[in-house]
Amino acid sequence: MAFRSTDSYIVSEQLASAVNAAVTLQKPLLLKGEPGTGKTRLAQELATSLGTNLIQWSIKSTTKAQQGLYEYDAVSRLRDSQLGSDKVHDISNYIRPGKLWQAFTAEQRPVLLIDEIDKADIEFPNDLLHELDQMAFHVYETGEHIEAKQRPIVLITSNNEKALPDAFLRRCFFHFIQFPDEDTLAQIAQVHFPDLQQKLLNEALGMFFELRHTPGLKKKPSTSELLDWLRLLLAEDISAQQLAESRQRQSAMPLTGALLKHEQDVELIERLRRVN
Amino acid sequence: MLIEFFQLLRGAGVKTTITEWLDLLQALEQRVIFADVDQFYHMSRMILVKDERFYDRFDRAFAAYVERVKNTDIAESIPKEWLEDALKREFSAEDKEKIKQLGSLDELLKTFQERLQEQQERHQGGSKWIGTGGTSPFGAYGYHPGGIRVGQQGNRNRSAAKVWDKREFSDLDDEAQLEQRGFQIALRNLRQFARTGAPTELDIDATLTATARQGGLLDLQWQAERHNAIKLLLLIDVGGSMDDHVYQVEQLFTALKNEFRHLELFYFHNCPYEGLWRTNRRRRSEQVPTEQVIQTYGEDYKLVLVGDATMGPYEIAYPGGSVEHWNEEPGEVWLRRLLKKFANAVWLNPQPSSHWRYYPSIQMLHEIMQGRMQPLTLAGLQRATELIK
Repeated sequence: MAFRSTDSYIVSEQLASAVNAAVTLQKPLLLKGEPGTGKTRLAQELATSLGTNLIQWSIKSTTKAQQGLYEYDAVSRLRDSQLGSDKVHDISNYIRPGKLWQAFTAEQRPVLLIDEIDKADIEFPNDLLHELDQMAFHVYETGEHIEAKQRPIVLITSNNEKALPDAFLRRCFFHFIQFPDEDTLAQIAQVHFPDLQQKLLNEALGMFFELRHTPGLKKKPSTSELLDWLRLLLAEDISAQQLAESRQRQSAMPLTGALLKHEQDVELIERLRRVN
Repeated sequence: MLIEFFQLLRGAGVKTTITEWLDLLQALEQRVIFADVDQFYHMSRMILVKDERFYDRFDRAFAAYVERVKNTDIAESIPKEWLEDALKREFSAEDKEKIKQLGSLDELLKTFQERLQEQQERHQGGSKWIGTGGTSPFGAYGYHPGGIRVGQQGNRNRSAAKVWDKREFSDLDDEAQLEQRGFQIALRNLRQFARTGAPTELDIDATLTATARQGGLLDLQWQAERHNAIKLLLLIDVGGSMDDHVYQVEQLFTALKNEFRHLELFYFHNCPYEGLWRTNRRRRSEQVPTEQVIQTYGEDYKLVLVGDATMGPYEIAYPGGSVEHWNEEPGEVWLRRLLKKFANAVWLNPQPSSHWRYYPSIQMLHEIMQGRMQPLTLAGLQRATELIK
């Protein structure tokens, strides 16, 4: 099997080969890159192309590694004991399998996405070292040993908010998703908006890259913001000519709100236009 | 053969381990890629390098390795904007002055070119570049310790661009100046949690103990939330030569503000004297005596001074040395008073550390700070957090 671009998703050659290598060699693949470069989307597309399930574990600042394995619901058990339920005698009624458990015991080799691992506590990745290495863990409450039937394909994304520990990194493959170049971006836009006129697209991409290259922006617009903007342009029925005119006259870009998310950025662009 | 590659990488400062190298060999054995140097580049990078900050070092080591295996072609030309940006960033106000003294920018760039010649020859074998030197005003592409990338206007038709030679990731290297997010990550080193305020969180351990003591009747216990208890006294130099560093300092300030609840900010100009001010607009009317600042904040405050420390030495050492007003006592005396009260102190300097030795004032302050001056970069900030921990 080889993962590559589909009708609805464009993936760079390097990323595709990184994914394929990780799948073949059964290693977790760590993905970093600017927000909005399709890190999470990749996992969905990979699962679809393999015809398997995606198990998504979204990490929050309060997430603990243990929650990915299983949770022991002591509160339910306490309540049941006060209500006199029979269930209370079997502790396994109160063990809730986590995402890793689900991935390990899935019938078909699933794709496991650990999304935004850097959100969690700094020790979080270390707590998962053994589990990701051996693909097995122990349930202390019941004495069970959970082992992966087949090693799931593990994708991990990070937004670089925290440095990840070396021991963890050693066990992963790593790919840094670069911002797509103009050709790739044009392909992506075509995939999302097949009806988009070539002229409008060229004009819009030109403006988009001009904006991205403006020095001093607090947040550069990303792929997903470009797609939002194109959607708006289509909805508002703005023609390529209108875009070109506003670009020539150096007047305000239409619908910049979709691209610029910081007030200072909007001001900066306005000021630059006035200067020109 | 790959042992040499591995050693080159380690030598270039890419943190890679034997485990990862074995992974690479395994990948080759499994024929994930076959006899394609571009693919080999991407795959070895994916397996051996786990941080995009090291991509640039990897690229350089890879180029050196390929050079040994076969002679590489000339790299693609580097856009002129990069060069301009790099120069703008690199030049301090003093340099700009010097340029004026030298007569012209061309002169300076020529010096640059000469300095870079050596690198060019080592990298390219020196033979391919004949003829290009005359057309390019800036000399050849290469690596300069200060991090300037200089444009190379080679003959594009003659060569295929190599990915590793583009060095697209050189901006991500460790010592590169940082964005606010990066600052924030570095500042997380400096956390000291303590529970303060109203008890709003369920304290499970205490609840269990209390419940057991009650013979099984639920007895809920509450505790306060955890907060970062570090207290910071931040003194920022404004105006004058600091104008070049406004963006960087702004980023640092935003990061600090997000991270620390106890943050006291004062401004000074060039060197702290008897008065500091809270808002820059009312610096004349609303000065706070430095003595009062020293009295108000406890010893548990950590002192962070941010300034380029670039001034006349008399501004530090002599009474009346200040460029703005008559100061009875020299800046040095005030700085020492601050340091005596706040033992955990560090000076962050937005000037690149490679420039420090050219400024006597920086050396003086460095001495007064007892060496606790760090450049305002990710690595510098990390060392700074260690110093005041």
